[in-house]
Amino acid sequence: MPLLKTPTTATRGYLPSPDDLEQFRHVQRLAYAAAEAVAKELKPGMTEKQAAHMQKVWLLDHGVTGWFHAPFAWFGDRTAFQGFRVALQFLPTNRRLEENMPFILDNAPVVNGYVADIGYAGVLGENRILDLLLDDLAAHRALILDLIKQRKPMSEVSRAVDRLILQQGHEPRHKAYPFETLAHTVQPMPTRQGSKPRTLFQFGFQAVEALGRLSLVARQQGWSPIWSSNESSNHAPVPGLWAVEPHLGFRGVGAKFEELLVITEDDAYWLDDQSPHVTRWIERDLWPAEQKPLVKAA
Amino acid sequence: MTSTLVHSQGIKLHVVTYGDSKKTPIVLVHGYPDNNLVWKPVAERLAKNYFVIAYDVRGAGLSDAPKAVADYKMDLLAQDLAAVVDAVIPGRKFHLAAHDWGSIQSWESVTTDRLKPRIASYTSISGPSLDHAAHWMRKRTLNASPAAKTQVMKQLFSSWYIVFFQLPGLAPAAWEAGFGKLWPTYLEKREGVRESEINPTQTADGKQGVQLYRANFIDKLQKPEERFAACPVQLIVPTRDNYVGTQLFEDLHEWVPELYRRDINANHWVPLSHPDLIAQWIDEFAAGVESGKPSVALQQARVRAERVALPLAGKLAVITGAGSGIGRATALKFAEEGADIVAVDINAEAAERTAELSRLLGAQAWARVADVGSAKAMETLARWVEKELGGADIMVNNAGIGMAGGMLDTSLADWDKLLKVNLWGVIHGSRLFAQQMVDGQRSGHIVNVASAAAFAPNRKLSAYSTSKAAVHMLSECLRAELADLDIGVTAICPGFVATGIATATVYAGMSETEQAKKRAKADAMYKRRNFSPDDVASAVFKAVQKNRPLALVGAEAWSTRLISRFAPGVSRLIARIDITP
Repeated sequence: MPLLKTPTTATRGYLPSPDDLEQFRHVQRLAYAAAEAVAKELKPGMTEKQAAHMQKVWLLDHGVTGWFHAPFAWFGDRTAFQGFRVALQFLPTNRRLEENMPFILDNAPVVNGYVADIGYAGVLGENRILDLLLDDLAAHRALILDLIKQRKPMSEVSRAVDRLILQQGHEPRHKAYPFETLAHTVQPMPTRQGSKPRTLFQFGFQAVEALGRLSLVARQQGWSPIWSSNESSNHAPVPGLWAVEPHLGFRGVGAKFEELLVITEDDAYWLDDQSPHVTRWIERDLWPAEQKPLVKAA
Repeated sequence: MTSTLVHSQGIKLHVVTYGDSKKTPIVLVHGYPDNNLVWKPVAERLAKNYFVIAYDVRGAGLSDAPKAVADYKMDLLAQDLAAVVDAVIPGRKFHLAAHDWGSIQSWESVTTDRLKPRIASYTSISGPSLDHAAHWMRKRTLNASPAAKTQVMKQLFSSWYIVFFQLPGLAPAAWEAGFGKLWPTYLEKREGVRESEINPTQTADGKQGVQLYRANFIDKLQKPEERFAACPVQLIVPTRDNYVGTQLFEDLHEWVPELYRRDINANHWVPLSHPDLIAQWIDEFAAGVESGKPSVALQQARVRAERVALPLAGKLAVITGAGSGIGRATALKFAEEGADIVAVDINAEAAERTAELSRLLGAQAWARVADVGSAKAMETLARWVEKELGGADIMVNNAGIGMAGGMLDTSLADWDKLLKVNLWGVIHGSRLFAQQMVDGQRSGHIVNVASAAAFAPNRKLSAYSTSKAAVHMLSECLRAELADLDIGVTAICPGFVATGIATATVYAGMSETEQAKKRAKADAMYKRRNFSPDDVASAVFKAVQKNRPLALVGAEAWSTRLISRFAPGVSRLIARIDITP
């Protein structure tokens, strides 16, 4: 188990090596595989807690050594974070899954210090609203990458996402997260040898610690590790890995994807193009997404 | 027109036919206290395309009138219809349309085996199946809710005459005493039927027809049967019917798998009062069934079981500026409440998106592109809605643009642009669609989106406030004008709503960069106000439900309204403050 070198803080952001990227990609695929495996096992009557636990068990069986955050699951109108006011409401509940009910699985495992954070939306049966939301997410994946490649300020990119969501007729439900987070940075997390991974309110203890340390540094450097539409993100794209999670909601149905965006000093790309939502879009002829005429560069 | 006699169960029935016997046949059955003449205006219109058959039911017109009450039992009436079609169009399929008691008895034929295979379609006006009505009443009597009980009581009150007819002697005596002569006056004064032809057998029709009620009501109410229709049924509901409550048809879709419903803002005798429309609907329905391709208007009229209980079920709402903001939110709210939607916007893609979202909420929805400021575009829209969808029930004139600046900052071109959309758009929408509702005999509603600015003068909102004040006054005048026609008009006055209007507001007399700054600031302010288009949409829905003249939405709307009314001096002082950001 290699002990990772602490990311350099002298420059803004984090520049992973090709080998690091390979490792991150591996963990992200593992995380999505977990979500897909659990999604296949879901049956009517199961609770969010069960779905979260199933992800945990699957991931631990597949070599996961820690958590950025413990697995989440949301069913029914909780996929749209309906009425969410406080952070505790995000935690899995005893809500039971029913036929044609949408669900979201979200997990963030750590393997040998490499972190993934994914979101997977689906339905047990059929839900036309969910289908539309999943389709509509494609334009966001294209838009975000396009504007970041143009080196637009990150808050402006987030506001372009807000506008596109409005044009699509949905609600930006990621704004229910603390700090209205569209994305957050991800950095390698050194795993302490032999210690059992601990969590605080379902968030990895070390993850919180690391994020706290990072935000202090980031503040000095004039950028925010939380990417939102707010003034704090009014800065050029910061190199590193960003877990981007646009979350659309319409009439009590929510859908999101979450995956890592790699931003370099002068370019950007999605870490992996083989995630389930992209595969779905390709099957439905929605990917690669053309720029919609409605979408104007910010 | 030809006249002939047909034998049925030992009596003679008087049958008249119109038009070419080779054409598709339509049979028309009259009600009480009428005879086949009640269908004459409609029959003459239909005769162009159909072979029309009308007959006097037993006891009416020139048909025989057996004496015994038992001779008027439902089953015999159904056998009469069978005898007529067997004699006039043996073995052929036909379309059926019936009014009042004729409709009541025709349900028997539509739902029983003898004629089921031959009836291609059935248009029923103001005459429920007694079995269905009895089931309806049972369900609501057993239902503990006071609302259900009220419904039953309401229906019983409007059915006073049925009880009256059961009393021995009274009703026939009334007809003998001269009510027959008064009948045309009664039709005109109470029922709005102008210049009805004198029916030579009116007194006899009235007197003998009472037997229909005596022979059937009590039986059917006590022992209702399960009656399912096989053919498509078009239900025409006169909403001001004094005898048949519209609520009786609430559960009809449970008995009729393919049910279409059309409301007409009229009294009971629509075949006499509105023969054009009734003939057109019967024709359109029969043609749709014949060709297997119902018109879009018919499709819109289709009763969908999953939506029938919603408050706006079956209503068609046209909404301008539906591609965003209050327009889109209103479209979605109406769709959720049961209405079908025509989403109009200058931006095709945005309109189509609203239509798509409305469909996801269960509505039928269409997207149309129109510049509301263009009289021609609006005329095209209105014609399309009329022709394709049968006309709008609710019109929401919502499209509007924002403009800030004083009189001296605002150029002629700016004025022109603003008034075209904000005022002329409302004028076109109100004029054309009010006319459409009046012509189509529809009770409906027109909603005009004004603004809190309608009451609040401000030095920096000259053009905008002027346009909105005009929309408010236009709505008040129109409301007064249409009140007697059962068409409601509402002016909606929202305060600062985060719709995106702030991001497109024109700041007259400023450079693009200055404008962009102002827009960003205003948009941020609107967002902080945190008042969403959905809040306005709910107010619009409520205003339509309750037919409110004015709906103020948000604290700033209420306060500007109150200040302008009760402290105009204060309002004028505030007007001198530059409220632009």
